[in-house]
Amino acid sequence: MKNHVWRPLLIVLVVVCGILMTRVLVVPDDFGVYERGYMYGWHRKSNEAEWKSVRVKYKTARICAGCHKEKHDEIIKSVHASISCENCHGPNYDHPEDPLGMNIDRSRKLCIRCHAYLPYKGTLRGGIPGIDPEKHYPSAECVLCHIPHNPKAMNQKREAKS
Amino acid sequence: MMNRREFCKTTMIVAGGLVIPLAALEVFNPKRLLAEKSGDDKGNVRWVFLVDIHKCVGCGFCVNACKVENEVPYDANVTRTWVERYVVTKDGQTSIDSPKGARDGFTTQKIDQGHLGDKEIDPASIAKAFFVPKLCNQCDNPACVQVCPVGATYQTGDGIVLVDRSWCIGCGYCVMGCPYGVRFFHPVYHVAEKCNFCYHRITKGMKPACVDACPFGARKIGNIRDPEDPVTRIITSEQVNVLKEEFGTKPQVFYLGLSREVK
Amino acid sequence: MVHGEAWTIKELFVYPNEYIYWSIQIVMYPFMTGLVAGAFVLSSLYHVFGVKQLKEIARFSLVFSLALLPVAMMPLLLHLQQPQRGIYVMMTPHFTSAIAAFGIVFTTYGLIVISEIWFVYRRFIVETVLELRAKQNRCNVESVRLVLYSLLAMGAMDLSPEALHKDERAVGILAGIGIPVACFLHGYAGFIFGSVKANALWMTPLMPVIFICSAVVSGVALCIVTYIVTMEIRKLVSAWKRKNNPRLLSSDELRSAEIQTVTLTSKYLLMFMVLAITLELLDLIFRNYTAVKSWDILRSVIYEKDFFKIFVLQYGFGNVLPFIIFLLPGLTIRRALVGALLVLMGVFMMRWNVVIGGQAFSASFSGFMEYRLPIWPNSLETLKEGLFGALAVIITPFVLFFLVTRVLPVFGVEDTH
Repeated sequence: MKNHVWRPLLIVLVVVCGILMTRVLVVPDDFGVYERGYMYGWHRKSNEAEWKSVRVKYKTARICAGCHKEKHDEIIKSVHASISCENCHGPNYDHPEDPLGMNIDRSRKLCIRCHAYLPYKGTLRGGIPGIDPEKHYPSAECVLCHIPHNPKAMNQKREAKS
Repeated sequence: MMNRREFCKTTMIVAGGLVIPLAALEVFNPKRLLAEKSGDDKGNVRWVFLVDIHKCVGCGFCVNACKVENEVPYDANVTRTWVERYVVTKDGQTSIDSPKGARDGFTTQKIDQGHLGDKEIDPASIAKAFFVPKLCNQCDNPACVQVCPVGATYQTGDGIVLVDRSWCIGCGYCVMGCPYGVRFFHPVYHVAEKCNFCYHRITKGMKPACVDACPFGARKIGNIRDPEDPVTRIITSEQVNVLKEEFGTKPQVFYLGLSREVK
Repeated sequence: MVHGEAWTIKELFVYPNEYIYWSIQIVMYPFMTGLVAGAFVLSSLYHVFGVKQLKEIARFSLVFSLALLPVAMMPLLLHLQQPQRGIYVMMTPHFTSAIAAFGIVFTTYGLIVISEIWFVYRRFIVETVLELRAKQNRCNVESVRLVLYSLLAMGAMDLSPEALHKDERAVGILAGIGIPVACFLHGYAGFIFGSVKANALWMTPLMPVIFICSAVVSGVALCIVTYIVTMEIRKLVSAWKRKNNPRLLSSDELRSAEIQTVTLTSKYLLMFMVLAITLELLDLIFRNYTAVKSWDILRSVIYEKDFFKIFVLQYGFGNVLPFIIFLLPGLTIRRALVGALLVLMGVFMMRWNVVIGGQAFSASFSGFMEYRLPIWPNSLETLKEGLFGALAVIITPFVLFFLVTRVLPVFGVEDTH
């Protein structure tokens, strides 16, 4: 180069080449524009498969019914039928292999999600039988008296009645 | 005989000449940039969500299930889905809260007001009260995706916005760009995190964990491209609404019974 | 703990996932890029528009903008959750995002500044090389310096008048290109905020322009401050040296040169300040007048929660007071220093009120978030995004400036011009 004025351009070229070469090395092959175009679909395609392969924890009541048919048939008649088994019994994962047994949530906290009374008249919540958790046997677990699988009042455990 | 300077020069020209077309074309290939899908070759699945506000009782089973299913640390104060409570009194005042995202449901009448503490509301003064489940709207024009500088978040062909955990730089621009406050930083992976309708479940023919956990059928998922889908039927035939339409994001979570107080 | 939880206090209803995600480092980012852009624009006033009186400060501010350059990026790296992936912005740029162009704009700008400095200093570099080469017995330090300056010369040893003339023209052209690029670099920082449609306070097309104007204001103010400080040091040094060599400039001569430069520079400062304040007030009045949906919550943030920060610190101490200081006749060095420091504080508060103020309310418009700057770091997060992180960002440019001036002295050098 005769003219020294162009010399800084060499640096520029080196920088640009450097960036482009790192690009070739760093960017995964499947990075590109997919279904939603450049604006919304510019991504690494294999990431979709990574998300699809996340482990499923909740397997739904249908799977439970496969083995625990008698329990399932019993609860299906109760007003709690619409509550998924896993909401109280915990996520199934790969039960019975892993975990061997379920970790059942028998806490008050679970029941009062619906049964803490809220004075919202005319709403579904307002219509659910509710208690004031601070006044209704505050130190007792609900399951001491109530049977969650068949919670009608007359089915309360005998110990509670006596 | 080549001197040192000429050698350097030639090497650089050759290397540059080889690399630039290779790499630059990758960035600026106009064909790929314009590969925006036209209306004709749409896939046959586009996930949408339907929330029935009348049916929600604020039990928070959905939030609970979501946290477990999607491995969002249970005690972290962030969540992919949450439930808001609106209590409107007769004087027109609206009180809103969502303690811990309603992970444990709403078990008290007191309204959580952050650092101001709890607010008591006289039951007699309540004009109406309702619960509003919130989750990612999987918008048709997702602002969060538009603003991602590196292509770490994107929308799949079936309309779900995902985050590539190995590519997110954690700038938080998407968190800022979402008008619905759906995004947050994952406390473990330190990258942007959001609801994806349980992509690992819906792509296996299952329903999202929150839908399965809801005892009252307040949450439903459907495919808007299938005219026979019950959710599609409701969306097309009944009076549904969406959140914050004014942002032009075209949200795809539809609400039955959405009241004007909902933020 | 969730990112942002350590410094966010929620009030009334805020969405569960909302925190102040953009904290002190994002306040520092536009502040520092503003200083870079402003310093460069000031130096261009001399190189492009030939404002001769600014010759002294032009070279100074050019080198200072070089020292500030890496620091414009520093707050971003401290802010990123995955700083090691920052380079991905250059690898897979997603140009629909305002941030994606950062890598390219920043690199372009950096290359322009470095090239310009090279042309300005070429004569000095070559002369140093020749001088060192001529020496018979070089000590170790001198040998290292010779290698360094030879590298910097990049083999362009021609010092003929034609070659020097070419240098001069190159500087002019680069400074000319540099102005729009500097404005772009910073206006674009404003665009990053102004284009966030989800944020009611940020979203305004005026944001980039406001950012550019306040950038120039802060850059010029910083140059005045640093210039005064270095001149004071020079005065002390020259007073000490004159004991041995009475031919050197006296401190009185230095002082008169100093006050002349400062007075002229402060005129440009005021000019840009008027522009910046006009635009900011226009924005505020417009929001007030149109009063769209978001105005209720914005009003309570602007007039109640952030009143002190906006109207007292930013407008009062940062704008009105320096205005009076600079406009009262008989400007002294000390007054100019106080005025420039207040301007810097005002611009910093403006950045704060935009970045933190924009997150002071929930997107639900039904609640507020308060920012508590972490002072004492108890985790990496509060170290990076706390007082100490911010201080590191503030101190670094001065350290760099000191190092750069070891190689490329700012004063007492024959310019290529």
